[in-house]
Formats: sequence, C-alpha cells, structure tokens
Amino acid sequence: MIAEAGLAALWLAASMALLQLIAGLTLLRDGAGQLVPLIKPAAYVQGALSTFAFFALMWLFYDTDLSVLLVANNSHIDKPLIFKLAGTWGNHEGSMLLWVAVLSVSGAAIAFFEKRIDTKTLYATLSVQGFIALGFFAFLLFASNPFERLLPAPIEGAGLNPLLQDVGLAFHPPTLYMGYVGLSVAFSFAVGALLTNQVGPAFARAMRPWVLAAWIFLTIGIAAGSYWAYYELGWGGWWFWDPVENASLMPWLAATALLHSASVLATRNALRAWTIMLALVAFAMSMAGTFLVRSGILTSVHAFAVDPERGAFILALMLMYTGIAFVIFALRIGSVKQGEPFQLVSREGGIVANNILLSVILAVVLIGTLYPLAAEAMGDKISVGPPYFNKATVPVMVLLMLALLIGPMLRWRRDELIRIRYWLIGAAAILLLGAIVAWQLAPDIGLFPLLGIAFSLALAVAAWLPLRGRKLLRTPLPVFGMVIAHFGIAVSVFGMAAESGFSSETLTALAPGENAKVAGWEVKLNDVNPIAGDNWVAVEGDMIAAKNGNQFALHPQSRHFFTPPMQTSEAALLTRWNGQLYAVIAQPDQEGDGRWQVRLWWKPFVTFIWYGALLIAFGGAISLFGRMFRRTKKPTRNRWQS
Amino acid sequence: MKLPWLLWAPLAVTACIGGLAAYGLVVPKDEQVRSAMIGQKLPEFALPPATQGVLPLSNTDMGDGKPRLLNIFASWCIPCKAEAPHLEALKAAGVEIDGIAIRDRPEDVAAFLDEFGNPYRRIGSDSEMAVQLKLGSSGVPETYVIGADGTILFQHIGDIRAEHVPMLIEKLKSTT
Repeated sequence: MIAEAGLAALWLAASMALLQLIAGLTLLRDGAGQLVPLIKPAAYVQGALSTFAFFALMWLFYDTDLSVLLVANNSHIDKPLIFKLAGTWGNHEGSMLLWVAVLSVSGAAIAFFEKRIDTKTLYATLSVQGFIALGFFAFLLFASNPFERLLPAPIEGAGLNPLLQDVGLAFHPPTLYMGYVGLSVAFSFAVGALLTNQVGPAFARAMRPWVLAAWIFLTIGIAAGSYWAYYELGWGGWWFWDPVENASLMPWLAATALLHSASVLATRNALRAWTIMLALVAFAMSMAGTFLVRSGILTSVHAFAVDPERGAFILALMLMYTGIAFVIFALRIGSVKQGEPFQLVSREGGIVANNILLSVILAVVLIGTLYPLAAEAMGDKISVGPPYFNKATVPVMVLLMLALLIGPMLRWRRDELIRIRYWLIGAAAILLLGAIVAWQLAPDIGLFPLLGIAFSLALAVAAWLPLRGRKLLRTPLPVFGMVIAHFGIAVSVFGMAAESGFSSETLTALAPGENAKVAGWEVKLNDVNPIAGDNWVAVEGDMIAAKNGNQFALHPQSRHFFTPPMQTSEAALLTRWNGQLYAVIAQPDQEGDGRWQVRLWWKPFVTFIWYGALLIAFGGAISLFGRMFRRTKKPTRNRWQS
Repeated sequence: MKLPWLLWAPLAVTACIGGLAAYGLVVPKDEQVRSAMIGQKLPEFALPPATQGVLPLSNTDMGDGKPRLLNIFASWCIPCKAEAPHLEALKAAGVEIDGIAIRDRPEDVAAFLDEFGNPYRRIGSDSEMAVQLKLGSSGVPETYVIGADGTILFQHIGDIRAEHVPMLIEKLKSTT
C-alpha cells in the first residue's frame, strides 16, 4: 500500500512539473496566460509530493518490506538499522528518487523565497526547473521505478554491497546529489535569465546562494569520497583520477569558477555571458558525472552502479537539456549587453585568471577522462592515469595558487601592482624560504611537492590579508568566508604536497611476534585473530606501533562479507598531529609459513588534505549564511561608484 | 572582432561528447587486455622446473627452428583443468607445448599433472608472476603461439576449447 501511494505521488508530482513547463511556454509565447498563476502553487505541490514519495521509500526500507523489489535487492533482514535507512539512497533507484525530491524541494524554495529577480524571470526559471524535474520523473517512472513489487516476496533479501556499508559512504552520494541539484537550480536561473533578457546583478545575486550551497555540498562530498577511498580501498592513496572521481571534480571546478564569476557579475555587472556559460557548463558536468557513474562506459571502482540502458536514458536527458540550453545561449547571448569594463590588474582581472585556470584544469580532466573512449573509437586501447593528470593539472594549479596570492589583494575595476608591492616582496620571500626549508628537509622531494609546500605557506599568510585594515565587526560575513576558504586551500595543498613529498612505505610479511619499521615507527604484529561483525567475519591484526617510547594499538582488518560475498580491507589509521600511520593487513602469505602480508605507510600531514577541504566548505557556509541573512543592508552594487 | 559561429561551439562540443558517449554505450565492451608483446621476440627468462621430473624452461628453449605453443597455467586455476584434454588433443596432433606454472607449489603441480595428464615438453615455475608480466599476460590460462625464430605470434586469452584446437594448429602451420 505504501509503495503504491509513493508511486502515485511520483506520477502526480510529474504532472505538476509538466504543468510548470507548459505554463512557462505559454508565458514565453504570449507574455501571459491563464496557466501562469499556477506555476508557483505547482512548484509547492511538486515539492510536497516528491518528499512524500521519498519518505514512503524510506519507510519501506525501515520496515524491510521485501515484497518491494528494490528493498529485496538492496536490504537484508540482518542489516543494522542505519544501513537499512541508508539503503534508501544506497542504490540506483533510491538515489535518483532522492535527487528528484531535492530538486522539487529546491523548486518550491525558489518559488517561496526568491524576491530579487523580476516575476517573469522567476516564472521562466521555475518552468525550466519543472522541465528538468519532468525528465527525471520520466527516468524514475519508466526506467528505474523504486516502488516495483516483487511477488512472491523473498525471505531475507540480497544485502547491500559491503563496500557501501560504511557510515561515511552512506552520506557520500546524497551529498554529491545535493550539489548536482544546486547546480541544476543555477542552470534554471541562467536559462530563465537568458530567455527573459535579465542577465544582470539581480540574477547573479539570486543564483549565487544556490551555487554556493551546491559548491559546499560538492566540496564535502568530494572530500568524503576521497577519505573513504583512502581508508577503505587500502591502497594508501587519496585520489586516483578514477573516472568517477573526475566526474565529481569537474562540476566542482565549474562551480568554483561560477562562484567567482557570479560574484563579479553581482558586484560589478561584468562577465555576463561568461557567467551564463559557466552556469550551463556546471550543470552539464553534473549530468555527465551522473551518466559516467550509471552507464559504466568507463571502468572504475564505482562499477557497482553500472547499467547501460539507464546510462542511455541519462545521456539522452543530458544531451537534451544541455543541447537546448546551448541553442538558447547561441541565439540569445547576442542580446545580452556587454558588461562593465575593467582593467587587467584588478580584482576582476584576478577572478578572470582564476576562471581561465579552472577552465583549463576542467578541460584537461575532461579530455583525460574521455580520451580512452575516443581512443577506443579509433580502435586503440588506452587508459589515462595519474601520470597524465598529475603532469597536466599540477602546473596549472601552481599558477592558480599564484593568482590566489595576488588577486584578492587587488581593488575592483582597476589597481596597480605597485600599490601592493610590499606584499609581493613578502610573498616572494615566503615562497623562497619555504622552498629552501622543504628542500633542506628532503632534497629529493621533487619540484611540484616543493612548490606546493612553498605556495601553501605563502597562501596561508595571504589568505588573511584581505582582512587587514578592516573593522572586523563590520566586515561582511562573505569576506570572512572567502578568507577561510582560501586558507583552507593552503591547508589542503600543504597536506597534498607533504603526503606526496615525504611519505614512506614498507611492504613486508610478518609472523606474529615480528617487527617492521617505517619512518621511525616500530610496528609489532602481536597476533592475528578472527572476529565477527553483524554480517561479516574478518581476520584482525593486533599490532603495537611504537615511537619515542609511546605505544599505540593498531587493528587493521581484512573483512569477508557473505551477502553478497566480497572481501574488503579496513585500514588501521593512527592519527598524530603531524600525520597518519596507515596499516593494512592482507592474506596469509603464499608460502603458508604463518606470516601475514602487512603494508605500512607513514603519511606526514595527510589529514590536512581533508581538514583543508572542510575549512573550504566551512568558509562557503559562512559566506552563504552571510548572503542569506543580510538582506536589510543596501545592495552593494554601487559600492565602487563614487 | 565578431565571431558569431563561436557561440555555437559549446553546442558542437556537447554533440561531440554525446556522440562519443553514445558510441561507448553501443559498442560492446571488450574486457580482454591484449599483450603488447605480440610481434616481438620472447623476453629473456630462465625458470626452474615446476616440479620434480619436468624440464626447466628458458626463452632459449623456444625459437630453435620449431614453432610451439606456450601455455600459461596453474594448478589452482579451474579453467586450466577444463582445457587440459584439449592440450592433450593438441599434443596428439603433434604440437609441442611448453608450460609456465604461475604462483604454484611443486607438489600441487605434480598432483595436477597426475590427475589431468602432462602434455608439456617443459614446465617452468613462475612463482612471482615475473615472466607472466614480461609476456604481457594478465591471467591464467593463456596460450601463446611462438614462431620458429622465437617471435610471439599470437595470444589466446582464456581456456582452450575444442573449437580452438584446429585454429591453433593452423596458426602453428602457417608460421613454417
């Protein structure tokens, strides 16, 4: 009964989306129409119905109703409650339902809260939003119905992929989806503004909180995914340039660029066409990401999500939305007037540099991700891996860091480098000093880790300078947000550079009672014990890590799951302030002499990578908070005009 | 500078990516990884005998004027058991087969040969998979056609089935 009610809610919500679309079309054709006043109520109803459908599915998972196919395939009566609930979105159909529910609620939120843009643009935006929702409703109803029945019902259910039975990962896909949905809202705003010829500061201000929210979620989602891969896959790495990691990185890059260009448009009414372009690209990238995960056309650790037919559906949706948007872009952008001019050396100039460099990284990642596919089409088989991506992106990132050292110090519209000469000299000094110190510590560190350390130190100082000379209590929150986010980049880059420059590794086979050494740590394998969890058994290493007289226990596991059968490794992580000791235990050694394969890493400052990412997201959140709750102040648009 | 056609560039890029993605969806995935060594000389190696009573195998044992098959197998590999009768059939047809046992123990290899027969002229033991990697092989079983001069001519991935036997004999014949 609940399943049927959920399904009915989805159909009704889809009809609301269709109503929004049709009403919007009549508005564009006639400039008015009887249906137009229904757009906002339709958005509210659509939001409510989609939310209902999502909670209906969650109830079915909570109840473990095995007569529902999705529950039977993805849940199990013995599963812990948290994973039963996470099972709601830990599968294809449920995650798409979550996506649609968030999309619908966002539409309702725009309809309710958005007062800055003119009514016609708002209606156009809501229609586009309805159009997008309609596609995804069709996808749910025709290609991935979450409420499909399975009769007769099985007795216990198939279980959730063990790799996904992890609290961190339960929140990884929904976080990314929130980000993707936020970008779809930006897309709707952009198309709405293009259609109604309202590309200006008001549009940018209306769109900005959505981009910001999307970007915060994407940042957290990417960081969480990276940390998950780091401790769960047991390879000791934190970023693999896996196609699906790239798929989440590309929208993030586009959103980062969009965030900056939207702030130029909002503050200075410049970069109009470019901002629209980025808004379209950002959403196109999130759809491409969903497509890459679901279609399985590229091999990746996310192979559990593969389904070519659904891939084709998402591809069709992606091409339709992106294609239509780019046609509108080509036809209408000519009517968007040139924005305000600015000099090369100015805050805008710095942001343009940021945008160009981010776009270059985006292009490099996109080409690298799709190249194997193109090569295959030419009859060649190639996989593109870290050597390409690192070589091609890291130098651009160094330039980006350079832009970050200078850009935020510059004034809007026009400035002189001579004005900030003391800072330039200071930055050069920190860079030089940082490089020398890093080189002294590790002469064979390699150029880019060396530059990474030097630049992160300089940026750690530079990030705070925009606060200089301001009265802190009267400084707008978004400025604090920017400062914290930029500081977060410094922290994160420092972690990446230290990890790649200073890590040490030991691979060995130990019998109980034997020792291994890594980077000053002495790790003793005391014993190996079998242990059992809710739905798995494991061998667990009982290890003691000692350094400078301090001792710590480590318990890496090699887990074996039954439903479905699968082997995973749980790394043991010992976190110190200056790094992590990372231990993995694998199979008994081949020779059968009672030794176990043990792999140990010392990774200096590796945690800074994720702390930095959290700081970046936190900066974004402060900025978002500032944008949402400072409406009373006069618009800052005219600040630069004397 | 007016470049109106440039406005259509994003659409063109989207179309290209879409075409590529559609192609990727339509074309069936070929999961096999072919060796990059095909057409090249055998790499240098010298493997100890895989168990008592068999001859060791080095690259100079092949390419001595007679084309042969080089079969990569392991006692722990189930398809290898399935292909054993077809290797026997090849041997009966006069084909000389050299073997490399991957990550195996001498007693297991001996038991395997006892149970499924020994079609091999020589069997080397590659306990670290080093030679397997040098050959560009990514799994067991795999079978290579080695020319009279020691060139790797052909790679068969997976177990040899009845229908592959005449094909392999043909490959060997056509090299001489």
